[in-house]
Amino acid sequence: MSNPLIDMEKPDVIFCIGTNMTECHPVAATRLKKAVARGAKLIVADPRRIGLVGLSNLYLPIRVGSDVALLLAMAHVIAREGLIDLEFISNRTTDSEDFLEHVRAFPPEWAETITGVPARDIEVAALWYGMADKAAIYYTLGITEHICGVDNVQSLCNLALMTGNIGREGTGINPMRGQNNIQGAGDSGALPNNYPGFQSVTDPANQAKFNRLYGADIDLEKGVTKVTALDLCGEQIRAMLIDGENTLLSDPNRAHCEHALRSLDHLVVIDIFLTDTAQLADVVLPAAAWGETEGVCTNTERRVQRVRAGVPPPGKAMPDWWIVAQIAKRLGFQGFAFGSAEEIFNELCSASPLYAGIDWDRIDEGAYQWPVPHEGHPGTPMLHEDKFENGRGIFTRIYYRDPAETIDNDFPVWLTTGRRLASYHTRTQTGRSQGIDYLLSEEALEVNPNDVQAWGLMDGGWCQMTSARGTVKIRVKATQRSPRGTVFASFSFSDVPVNILTGSGYDPVTHTAELKVCPVRIDPAEEQMPASH
Amino acid sequence: MSKPNREKLKNDINSVPTDVQPAAITLDGAVVTFSEGETIYDVAHRHGIDIPTLCYDPRLDAFGGCRLCIVELEGTRNPVASCTTKAAPGMDVRTATGEIEKHRKVLLEMVASENRELDVNPLRGYASQELTALVERYEARTGRFNGKRSGASNTVDENPFILRDYDLCISCYRCVRVCAEQEGDYAISVMNRGFDTQITTEFNGILKDSACTFCGQCVQTCPTGALADKKALRAVNLPGEIEKTRTICPYCGVGCSVDMLTKKDRLIGIHPAMDGPANQGALCVKGQFAFDFVQHPDRLSTPLVRGGDGQLRGASWDEALDRAADGFRAVREKYGRHSIYGVASGRAPNEAAYLMQKFIRAGFGTNYIDNCSRA
Repeated sequence: MSNPLIDMEKPDVIFCIGTNMTECHPVAATRLKKAVARGAKLIVADPRRIGLVGLSNLYLPIRVGSDVALLLAMAHVIAREGLIDLEFISNRTTDSEDFLEHVRAFPPEWAETITGVPARDIEVAALWYGMADKAAIYYTLGITEHICGVDNVQSLCNLALMTGNIGREGTGINPMRGQNNIQGAGDSGALPNNYPGFQSVTDPANQAKFNRLYGADIDLEKGVTKVTALDLCGEQIRAMLIDGENTLLSDPNRAHCEHALRSLDHLVVIDIFLTDTAQLADVVLPAAAWGETEGVCTNTERRVQRVRAGVPPPGKAMPDWWIVAQIAKRLGFQGFAFGSAEEIFNELCSASPLYAGIDWDRIDEGAYQWPVPHEGHPGTPMLHEDKFENGRGIFTRIYYRDPAETIDNDFPVWLTTGRRLASYHTRTQTGRSQGIDYLLSEEALEVNPNDVQAWGLMDGGWCQMTSARGTVKIRVKATQRSPRGTVFASFSFSDVPVNILTGSGYDPVTHTAELKVCPVRIDPAEEQMPASH
Repeated sequence: MSKPNREKLKNDINSVPTDVQPAAITLDGAVVTFSEGETIYDVAHRHGIDIPTLCYDPRLDAFGGCRLCIVELEGTRNPVASCTTKAAPGMDVRTATGEIEKHRKVLLEMVASENRELDVNPLRGYASQELTALVERYEARTGRFNGKRSGASNTVDENPFILRDYDLCISCYRCVRVCAEQEGDYAISVMNRGFDTQITTEFNGILKDSACTFCGQCVQTCPTGALADKKALRAVNLPGEIEKTRTICPYCGVGCSVDMLTKKDRLIGIHPAMDGPANQGALCVKGQFAFDFVQHPDRLSTPLVRGGDGQLRGASWDEALDRAADGFRAVREKYGRHSIYGVASGRAPNEAAYLMQKFIRAGFGTNYIDNCSRA
């Protein structure tokens, strides 16, 4: 997030797109609710009538995967109405002329034909966002899990740049991170293109620094992404070390994924449960879980916080870091003689310019948000205040593209996937917590009541959902949350492995899968029919 | 407080030109400064004066319902509620005169007389000891008003999280207000008035049929344990003291601070951390209640290696780590260093991710490392 969580109470106009915040980041959503109660206007763009819609002043029910069209048209209206922040543009940005010329070709009437949102509503959204003193954008995976995920994000950046809604209180471009330490995993350098602190691996100076630090000889070329690595399994990639990820259930195209992992010569999985993924491993190493291990996590607002152990791990389970260090030592690798999480975190701080000013002791109360460039620096709750890290904010010329697969006669329904309040990811944790079943005991496909009738389904009955990659059987739930022609399911339940169906395409830059769009066919099914893959 | 006095107070406040007067009040004889918007309670709290309250939760709008926070204000005939009275220049406030303390004791005796019991288990909730503590402090356990009781427990709602033991309710409305103001869910409402006051939900039904999301905030703000944490109460008979460990919730990226409640080596519950920088006391159903996975029997407790029969079997750390290392060594020798890939976790702490990338970079000299953020 460019801005701190506390800022969520401060915007005049809030634009939520592709974020089901009341279910996926409920505590953050309470802050938005306070802003709305105070009188802030809330615009929600989402294919589904999610919880936020009930709080909104304007709802834009876009067709899945049409975000770029909506955002281009909003930029068109903002430019046409002269709502651009000329001072900000001239002082802080570059390539604005080209962009402002570009968006002239994309009026709301054009966007209506793609998004299905009435042109007049797009106008209103643009006017509200453009006229606000403080307008903030919040998004989640509904923006990034598309073949055009990067285009979507850059379209949002264009809106913020043209209106100067960045670097000030109550504004910003704010992705909500989905896992407790997904921000920290990136910060710590678990990326094929960056060393710790997002230092590019292709910069020879960084390479020299880490070669020195690690006593190693590290490639100047980027590594491949996990998606590519899975594609290369059994060919170039022959061994994997996977820490705490249930790849089989969480990743798109399960069949491909399972085949990939099975084709490895050597698979080592570190986890707290014998997940579907761990069951494929040659070696499974038991990790200490949350509550059993000391360490540091970094949240969505870049706040670096201590996690602590309150109970011992079961049996022989050990902290992840200890396990990795032990394997490294057995391979003769140098620099793994760590005795505590503290020593490792302090090494990370010394290697990362973002963490340079903090250490284990200084973050005891979670007071710092990175970057903290040097000791004594108070941390940076808000990014981009006076300048952008890379100089000027760059406007990007974006074009709308169709999703990787679009509906046709064979697969006439849009499936979009996501998460629910009471379940988390593949339910390895929530599924094992007493009481959660009372709220959510099984997966059900959310179908518009009119479609339930039109497709010959029964509310509470079963259907068979088929994509180009496979079929799952799933119970039907009639609900107005789904618009006609679009259905929704989460990927949380292993008995309804929705990711058998997904995996139509990937963003060419980030390799993020298009999990939000998958054309399917839906047929009524008998309850007794066994689930087929 | 009667209306004319409130009006008079307002006029007094308004007649003082704030730009010339120093922003200060006299608090128990000491002159102290305040900032605009602060209540007398806020100022006193800041100066370490412990004014008793029952309906007060610093995260919520002041309510002025319990009247325990009354203070004497020079120039007004009756005491005023310090939580709803804004500090104004020149005020002379006494927080604990004999008269005020006597009022508080009587109020507590009346409140206490309405409840089935006063000594509730601290596992009921974060604030559950507030009434008991005040009754002790004011020696108000007198039985002077043994009479009518208010609030009737709901025995129908079988949800697994929230006990609705309204026999213990004192109508402070903290649950109603936290649900509305803090959560924005408006699931809890009030039925009837006076002794018949009953906290309930829309249509007097069960929580699951209401707008309730089971975030547990009502439980944690309840000052009497009338709303209680059913999951924590499972550990009532477990031996050992309740201990708290501050940590961060294991679920989404918001990073809410929580206190793990433990007895000996058992994780028994979660309290929100009221001073948590990201959440300031707020939690959701997952952070509040979905913690049983930690000590679930399905947890892996021993290393496993795949045997000659193709099945995973238990192994010692030495055997398993040797197998893990040998496999990587063999693959590197046969296929080269670009044949090995690492996937770090977005759930484990930074140290795990850092060592995973160091393992790949320092060990194999490649950048063949990623995390699960692309899924």
